[in-house]
Amino acid sequence: MSRTLSEPESKAVLAAHGIPCVAERVVGDPQAAVRAADALGYPVVAKLAGDGIAHKTERGLVRLALRTAEEVAAAASELLAAARPDDGEVAVLVAPMVRGNRELIVGVHRDPQFGPCVMVGVGGVLAEAVADVAFRVAPVDRADADEMLDDLRARALLGAVRGEAAVDREALVEIIVGLSRLATERDDVLSVDVNPLLVGENGTPVAVDALVEVV
Amino acid sequence: MRPRIAPERFRALFEPRGVVVAGVSSHPGKFGFVALHNLLTQGYEGAVFGTNLEGGEVLGVPMHRSVEDLPGGAVVDLVFVCTPASANEDLLRACAARGVQAAFLTSGGYGEAGDDGRRAEEHLVALAGELDMLLAGPNGQGVVSTPVGLCAQIVAPYPPSGAIAIASQSGNFVSSFQNYSRASGVGVSRAVSAGNAAAVTVPDYLEYFATDPETRVALAYVEGITDGRQFFDRVREAARAKPLVVLKGGATVGGQRAAASHTGALAADDRVFDGMCRQANVTRAFTVEEAFDAAATFATQPLPRGPRVAVVTTAGGWGVVTADAIVRSDLELLALPDDLRGQIDERLPPRWSRNNPIDLAGGETRDTIPDVLALVAHHPEVDAVVYLGLGIQSNTARLLRDGRFWPDESLERIVGYHERQDARFAAAAAEVSTETGKPVLTATELAVADPDNAGPRAVRESGRYCYPSAQRAVRALEHLWRYARHRQRRAAL
Repeated sequence: MSRTLSEPESKAVLAAHGIPCVAERVVGDPQAAVRAADALGYPVVAKLAGDGIAHKTERGLVRLALRTAEEVAAAASELLAAARPDDGEVAVLVAPMVRGNRELIVGVHRDPQFGPCVMVGVGGVLAEAVADVAFRVAPVDRADADEMLDDLRARALLGAVRGEAAVDREALVEIIVGLSRLATERDDVLSVDVNPLLVGENGTPVAVDALVEVV
Repeated sequence: MRPRIAPERFRALFEPRGVVVAGVSSHPGKFGFVALHNLLTQGYEGAVFGTNLEGGEVLGVPMHRSVEDLPGGAVVDLVFVCTPASANEDLLRACAARGVQAAFLTSGGYGEAGDDGRRAEEHLVALAGELDMLLAGPNGQGVVSTPVGLCAQIVAPYPPSGAIAIASQSGNFVSSFQNYSRASGVGVSRAVSAGNAAAVTVPDYLEYFATDPETRVALAYVEGITDGRQFFDRVREAARAKPLVVLKGGATVGGQRAAASHTGALAADDRVFDGMCRQANVTRAFTVEEAFDAAATFATQPLPRGPRVAVVTTAGGWGVVTADAIVRSDLELLALPDDLRGQIDERLPPRWSRNNPIDLAGGETRDTIPDVLALVAHHPEVDAVVYLGLGIQSNTARLLRDGRFWPDESLERIVGYHERQDARFAAAAAEVSTETGKPVLTATELAVADPDNAGPRAVRESGRYCYPSAQRAVRALEHLWRYARHRQRRAAL
């Protein structure tokens, strides 16, 4: 029987393997959310996090571009009120709003035939429908990771696009190799989804949402 | 991981000193007849024996009641089994006692035939292990090995000798590939239908081909991979030695675990297999034609050192479409270097394209095509050449030959000239490729539309592959470049 880790726990697993995650605070009430936003700087994002919560966007549990303390307090109250009993213990996650239009997805999957595999592709809520992804079997070296990026049909996204810098390809390769290490070192991790892996305007990729499934 | 089978053990299968066909039939419609016939008719020089229950002679070969009755001094390495499954355990024991080291089983009634068949197959594999015998099949179509003229098979055609080694989980794909081999003249070294692959599997054959000096490229058809991880490790190792082209049928066995994650959902539809091929530097083809094209190209062309392609054509439209195909691929359409443009200017009237594709625009005289091919191929910025327009002169000649004014002395003279010219051009393409160590691919639909045309005929005689279309040539060249690039990148690390 598998279970999913909460978003902060998932990110802790990723950070331990060198995958850059957005700086965020976990808080229990609206006042603490405002203090966190003040400290991080506006605008911020607020999300409801809990062990049982997998797909937040579909349930409306993500509030973007909160610009004032009032907006943050209101969003935090609404999120906490939207929790369901089977969500388990919940908290509000406050994070700085990363600017950037390009969303990638990276992940780990245990294939019944090939064992642990690593994936990179075009991310966002439509990732599965777009299905522009490349897989490799772990362990994945830097040359493999680099070639995965060339496998994408939409690889032009990795160049400079509409005023946003080219993606830091080295950083992306490091993320893929880091996930491969995670896949080979952690037998208990069944799957990893980092979606989106947001590419900032400066070209730096950072994990904005993550879900780790463990046995 | 399962230990690899030592290459020496395949000698008994692919280069046997003698063969016994078990279960020979006197009826030309039966496999037991056809197998013996084919062993006797393709130049195999080892001794050939036969056994059956009727005795007498078949095709001049005396039939023995059993393997025990074979002449005392006979050296037999391979038994080709056409007997029913129920007879095979005793047969293998008797063969082992006579020093037979390999068995190819055509017999059905094993793993493909329900629970009883699966049990029989397990017993067979255990017995072969006990007897230290290499077991190919069962339920296989046969084995071919052109270096020794071995044609121990029942359905597929016998190919010309060459450097492609085939292993297939479907006997019919052995037929398909060997039909393409016969049609194109690009030959085969070894071919084996793995049948149920009860003991020797496709990766086992591929590992052997990787060590086989007669083989330059391996070509495999696989379906139902049962241990993907091991498959990956083994084909990756084999592909380090030489190119390996894989055509895969069917979805991965085992299905997908109900996916909680996007990554898991996206792992469906063969994407993991595809990525595995990229990683292992295995050339994956999606159609039979693409697979054979790639293998034939690895077998007959040097690897490109870079992606830059020049197109030499005698007519505009062909060149344009080929350029489009190059642009859509991982290859690059070379921007024509000034010095090369200048050199071609000296040989052609000014209406030629003056760019890549190098369209001669009908301005060529007797020696222009060989000259331009040499100039282009020798240029340091050119990594590969695609040559279009071969066979046009012989096409003209064909009309004269087939018309009602033939035979006629003046027509014969010009027809002879046209056909000699096309033969020269084909030979020139092969020569500059050999001189420069660069791939030079010749494409014309005449390869299939009129294979007797002097152009494609001369390509076959030069030992190269005549591509039925420029798109197929470009795709095959792209496969070579990807293979070479994978090696270059890792050699540089």
